Amino acid sequence: MSIDHPAPPPPSGPVPYDKPLALALLADMLRIRRLEEKAAELYGAGKIRGFLHLYIGEEAVGVGVLHALQPEDNIVATYREHAHALVRGMDMGVLMAEMFGKREGCARGRGGSMHLFDRTTRLFGGNAIVGGGLPLAVGLALAAKMSSEGSLPQGNLLSGAVGGAVKQRITACFFGDGAVAEGAFHEAMNLAALWQLPVLFCCENNLYAMGTALERYESQTDLCVKAASYNMPARSVDGMDVVAVHRAAEDAAAEVRSGAGPLFLELRTYRFRAHSMFDAELYREKAEIDEWKSCGPIHTYSGRLKAEGKLTEEEFLALDAAAGAEVARAVDFAEAGTWEPVADLLKDVHTAVGAAP
Amino acid sequence: MSRHLNYREALREALREALTVDPRVFLMGEDVGRYGGTYAVTKGLLDEFGPERVRDTPLSELGFTGAGIGAALGGLRPVVEVMTVNFSLLALDQIVNTAALYHYMSGGQFSVPLVIRMATGAGRQVGAQHSHSFEGWYAGLPGIKVLAPATIEDARHMLAPALADPDPVLIFEHTVLYNLEGELADDCTVDICSAKVRRPGGDASIITYGGSLQKSLQAAEILAGEGISAEVVDLRVLRPLDDATIMASVAKCRRAVVVDEGWRSVSIAAEVMARIVEQVFYELDAPVSRVCTEEVPMPYARHMEDAALPQAGKIVAAVKGLFA
Repeated sequence: MSIDHPAPPPPSGPVPYDKPLALALLADMLRIRRLEEKAAELYGAGKIRGFLHLYIGEEAVGVGVLHALQPEDNIVATYREHAHALVRGMDMGVLMAEMFGKREGCARGRGGSMHLFDRTTRLFGGNAIVGGGLPLAVGLALAAKMSSEGSLPQGNLLSGAVGGAVKQRITACFFGDGAVAEGAFHEAMNLAALWQLPVLFCCENNLYAMGTALERYESQTDLCVKAASYNMPARSVDGMDVVAVHRAAEDAAAEVRSGAGPLFLELRTYRFRAHSMFDAELYREKAEIDEWKSCGPIHTYSGRLKAEGKLTEEEFLALDAAAGAEVARAVDFAEAGTWEPVADLLKDVHTAVGAAP
Repeated sequence: MSRHLNYREALREALREALTVDPRVFLMGEDVGRYGGTYAVTKGLLDEFGPERVRDTPLSELGFTGAGIGAALGGLRPVVEVMTVNFSLLALDQIVNTAALYHYMSGGQFSVPLVIRMATGAGRQVGAQHSHSFEGWYAGLPGIKVLAPATIEDARHMLAPALADPDPVLIFEHTVLYNLEGELADDCTVDICSAKVRRPGGDASIITYGGSLQKSLQAAEILAGEGISAEVVDLRVLRPLDDATIMASVAKCRRAVVVDEGWRSVSIAAEVMARIVEQVFYELDAPVSRVCTEEVPMPYARHMEDAALPQAGKIVAAVKGLFA
């Protein structure tokens, strides 16, 4: 049987990093993988409810891009954002507690899996409206640009403002290929390019908008062509290759930070698991999934590291065991968490009087 | 001391003051800059404050409203202008699914200090796609505040507290009010949490807001000539509603008519009536009544538009009906 969406050749070639960075990328991909495998299990056990969208297979995208950013940068993500929260620095226990709906979660159990927020790492959600984060990213970038250009006193900015010398904060906006069909995508691309805003658009193209394949919903399936029509640079990257993603994101982030305006990265990837836990996967062949799994981001990358002598099997097992232990601690933390009292149901509909917005 | 000005000038003064006192404030919307504002509210502000802070946008209501939310999250104080309430439906996703939810959904981590201004209402023969009153829909949303300035004083002074509010505030300006003229006291201040009695009376409460306030005051004047003392309550704030002021007036007058330019079904009027029934039912001497827009798309022809809208005559008739 022919495969509708053939996988690229497995990532290969040298890994141009020193050992700490090389292993850090691997460690984060393993952390995401083990966290999400456990999340799926806990969903089956009824500990996690609602919608649960797994990133398994796509780890190289989030890890590669987020390792190319600075702590002061803004992140806007989708409902498939466990990886982004984790790599950005959210404590795994806090993340797990949020999925459990516990008060110790990042959003006190109000958000759940799809709505992870973290003020300290400037993660502005966790947006479950497809395309909904794109205009938000434009506004965050507008604020950053107006602030860096000196029209605002630095002291007036929110916490996390860049003090002293002006250094351009950029906004990385993650969205799926499905978002490209939304009007919000086109309005946001136009605004960002028109106003030359520091936005790094990161399109996580996993070839399916839920269960509808790209060629079944887009007249133009080359997503870079769409971005380029808004007069911004657009590059397609092998999203199964964490090295390719990281290098492309580093270059792109530097360009955006330099004031060259927005940039679009298409990160071609594949979701190994179902869209959510309610998906019978009637729309794609198992052979296609298997082919993409053969170029999976973790084993291909660890294989390259081993071939270069940058990783031993013992080191790999140690990283994997550390990820597993972190997951176990996170589950314990979430289990030990508490339920927000129902008396607090109406709290935080509005900002409390006297609180700094 | 007071001085004479119109509603449009009052709005412009408020915007100018906000831009002057707070460098985080900027205006954004369709034709707010070089064109001078669709209703000329922002005329002259581009020259005064420059294109960064009086920012013309493409016709992308969803995009620039969302950008306003993002800019607010990023530390600025945007004032987004949407040309008219019908067009705001193109931005509904960002207002409903993002602005209104963000504080709660993030567990209190993020607030959206955004002000959105828009023109609303009918009466100028601009047809079915420029004449509706959807402020009642927005007033159903937890997480935002909804204001309806109906006087020179509110046009001049509601913006500052709206900008000081840490959460999204929507301001609905009725298009027939832009040329309203009046006196503005030099020393007045206003809040964005209370309703106000605009004309005291003792026989019937007329509870209204926005473009229907002047019609309600005219009706009260006519009724006074017929021996009925009507009290006119201007809601001013559609969310949260000031129940205390409404109920005090109804309990005193024992009869009430709610006047709302929205369609009657599931309207602000319906909400106010429900609250009256819930809270002061036993004080009433007659069923609560309402005067709303007829449930039709707004017709263009003058006589038909007039017939569709609340008018002073209809309000008078409704009040008299309470004494039948």
